[in-house]
Amino acid sequence: MAENIVKKEKVARQPMPEQEAAVRRRNFEEVPLGYSKETAMLEAGRCLQCKNPACVTGCPVGVNIPGFIKEVSAGNFNEAIKVIWGKNSLPAVCGRVCPQEIQCEGNCVVGKKDKPVAIGNLERFVADTARTSSGVELPAKAAPTGKKVAVVGSGPSGLTVAGDLLLKGHDVTLFEAFHKTGGVLVYGIPEFRLPKSIVASEVAMLENMGLKIECNMVIGAIVSVDELFAEGYDAVYIGVGAGLPKFLNVPGEDLIGIYSANEYLTRANLMKGYLFPKYDTPIIKGKNVVVFGAGNVAMDSARTAMRLGADKVRIVYRRSREEMPARAAEIHHAEEEGIEFYLLTAPVRFIGDENGRLVQLEGLKMDLGEPDASGRRRPVPIKGSEFIMDCDLAVVSVGAGPNPLLTQSDKQIALNKWGYISADPETGKTTKKGVWAGGDIVTGSATVILAMGAGRKAADSIHNYLTWGW
Amino acid sequence: MFKIVKREEMAQGTVIMNEIEAPKIAAKAKPGQFVIVKANETGERIPLTISDRDPVKGTITIIYMVVGKSTGLFKTFQVGDAFQDVIGPLGKATHIEKLGNVVCVGGGTGVAVLYPITRGFKEAGNKVIGIIGARNKDLLILEDKMRAATDEFQVCTDDGSYGRKGFVTDALKEVLEANKIDLVVAIGPVPMMKFVSLLTKKYNVRTLVSLNPIMIDGTGMCGGCRVVVDGKTQFACVDGPEFDGHQVDFDGLMKRLRAYEADEKQAYHDHCTMFGGK
Ligand SMILES: Cc1cc2nc3c(=O)[nH]c(=O)nc-3n(C[C@H](O)[C@H](O)[C@H](O)COP(=O)(O)OP(=O)(O)OC[C@H]3O[C@@H](n4cnc5c(N)ncnc54)[C@H](O)[C@@H]3O)c2cc1C
Ligand code: SF4
Ligand code: FES
Repeated sequence: MAENIVKKEKVARQPMPEQEAAVRRRNFEEVPLGYSKETAMLEAGRCLQCKNPACVTGCPVGVNIPGFIKEVSAGNFNEAIKVIWGKNSLPAVCGRVCPQEIQCEGNCVVGKKDKPVAIGNLERFVADTARTSSGVELPAKAAPTGKKVAVVGSGPSGLTVAGDLLLKGHDVTLFEAFHKTGGVLVYGIPEFRLPKSIVASEVAMLENMGLKIECNMVIGAIVSVDELFAEGYDAVYIGVGAGLPKFLNVPGEDLIGIYSANEYLTRANLMKGYLFPKYDTPIIKGKNVVVFGAGNVAMDSARTAMRLGADKVRIVYRRSREEMPARAAEIHHAEEEGIEFYLLTAPVRFIGDENGRLVQLEGLKMDLGEPDASGRRRPVPIKGSEFIMDCDLAVVSVGAGPNPLLTQSDKQIALNKWGYISADPETGKTTKKGVWAGGDIVTGSATVILAMGAGRKAADSIHNYLTWGW
Repeated sequence: MFKIVKREEMAQGTVIMNEIEAPKIAAKAKPGQFVIVKANETGERIPLTISDRDPVKGTITIIYMVVGKSTGLFKTFQVGDAFQDVIGPLGKATHIEKLGNVVCVGGGTGVAVLYPITRGFKEAGNKVIGIIGARNKDLLILEDKMRAATDEFQVCTDDGSYGRKGFVTDALKEVLEANKIDLVVAIGPVPMMKFVSLLTKKYNVRTLVSLNPIMIDGTGMCGGCRVVVDGKTQFACVDGPEFDGHQVDFDGLMKRLRAYEADEKQAYHDHCTMFGGK
């Protein structure tokens, strides 16, 4: 035993095998290749099996992390997935896109002296192994309750609610505005970071459990929430995301060649514009691309542009490196792929040619001034620092707001001053009886795991309601 | 799947009418609203205005001009074939009310969009004057329906092959001179809407136009459909598609509509070669 512990400390964090940067920057295949069984077991052996695991407190849904890692280290992968499923129904997704460095791994005690246990990589390994092996039994379903639930929006939050309520025996129908399910997981996050086949197989699993799916259903336009109740639904969950793109509001923003990140990524991912003309949706392929913003969405846009053949891709961000909100791995991957960062830089205007196509942009350098309301130092323009840059494609990725299409159609669902739905943080209950909400439409743009966490709480509350009443 | 139950070719096969089974949309659609249509797995999302609906039969009617790869593919669909995706009803409905004298001006396939609106204004008790135009006689559509939905009616052709020779704006000018008009609704090619709006501005007559920018989702989520109206950016799919013609930046819209011209030509060429078409 003592020998064992000594050995444990010697094992270094197992690196994730990845596609070479020079190769992957021009293809859409997934960047990390995944752990082998051996590597996963070796990495799992680094976990100290803490009595009071700090990692779990960092996990928004409280996955039993030492529990599943213990099964991995013993090679019991089918057991490991069951432990994860107890709290997280989309581990293949979370293992890939969660900001582990500020959640579980950021808290891991091993990380105090050494690199933390690679919890995300292990989660991904367990989920991928379960998906591709046959011996895993699905969680057992409760007897049918005869209650009908409508879930609006098929992003991670809607999928979580649907999965939980199916297990509890309810009859669940998922309504999605797009022609495909998955929300941001399919229209936003690119193939090279989250293969669409993974999302599809998660959805297929829910369908096997009895989920009904209706795509092409823009709730609020084709049916209202009240009409859903009239059709016999007993409860409605709203997880429609934060899908309203923000623009920079600088002159020239309507030129051809300027996309919102939503449009750019939707053309590329959902509509498979990167496979044009095999797929019919075109996408502008820039040579000199500039992406505004420094979140995950901006990194995804920049890396997509690189894969579509750009010569130069630049990220332009008003603040400094410390404030960049993207996951550490995404920034790292972007840099490896040759994406340049223009920090403390802001756009002034876009310049077009006679056909209305973007050809250049004017920018301005910034300096950090006094802290603002968010506590971050406010960027202030440096006088006379204006410069002109060639640019034939710009992607604006400076955040999103709430899409009012559904919320305007039902005045009983109260909104906060930013237009997001007011919902009880513990239960997801809205001000309208029988209606719950969660995910980005409540919190504003956040993360997959927070959207799922909200879904889980709401599912519990909906189940209580269907059992005991509001 | 959304099955085609009726199909007609108009304007010598350059314009196609499809009546499609879509009961939920048919139950809700109002004049001025549109749907997004996607033919198949690899298809593009194309916005098309709902030209008619039959809530009893559960069908909607779309009319489109064959201009590119996607509409070229739609054209190959026969009765019994189906579109994979139809999403709607989207956009704001036309605000139809009793105003007095309303002129409805249509050009090309815009007449398909104009027709339900014309009927709406007539049913609301307005005196409706219809003016429709096309390059020549063969390209006219919905003449009889428009005639039946109006109190006065004129047809213009650019080459004089039918009706009056000249542009719809010539006919409209006379109508504006001779009558007190409360509203003009103009739907057609962008240049037509632009010139109608310039004309009615001189007469200070309120003018509605319906815009058809490139769209993806049709729900306000991408901003691809943005147009400048009164100096402000608007999303045509949720703030429109109808706007005050006197405020619209038509030149900007015309440019944005050409964003993918080169790609489309290539794709359409490949498509035609594949289907042995023209
Ligand atoms: C490009 C990009 C990259 C990201 N990267 C990460 C990451 O690496 N890690 C991370 O944790 N988070 C990331 N995020 C954030 C994360 O994806 C979101 O926080 C999360 O998806 C929110 O989930 P949701 O279920 O609330 O909404 P969404 O995923 O937005 O799903 C909402 C769904 O509702 C549908 N809908 C909208 N209106 C209606 C209506 N009226 N009727 C029916 N359906 C409707 C939409 O079409 C959509 O499918 C990223 C986001 C983007 C855009
Ligand atoms: S904090 Fe780190 S070492 Fe402790 S249980 Fe969690 S993963 Fe294992
Ligand atoms: S089509 Fe996407 S916002 Fe209008």
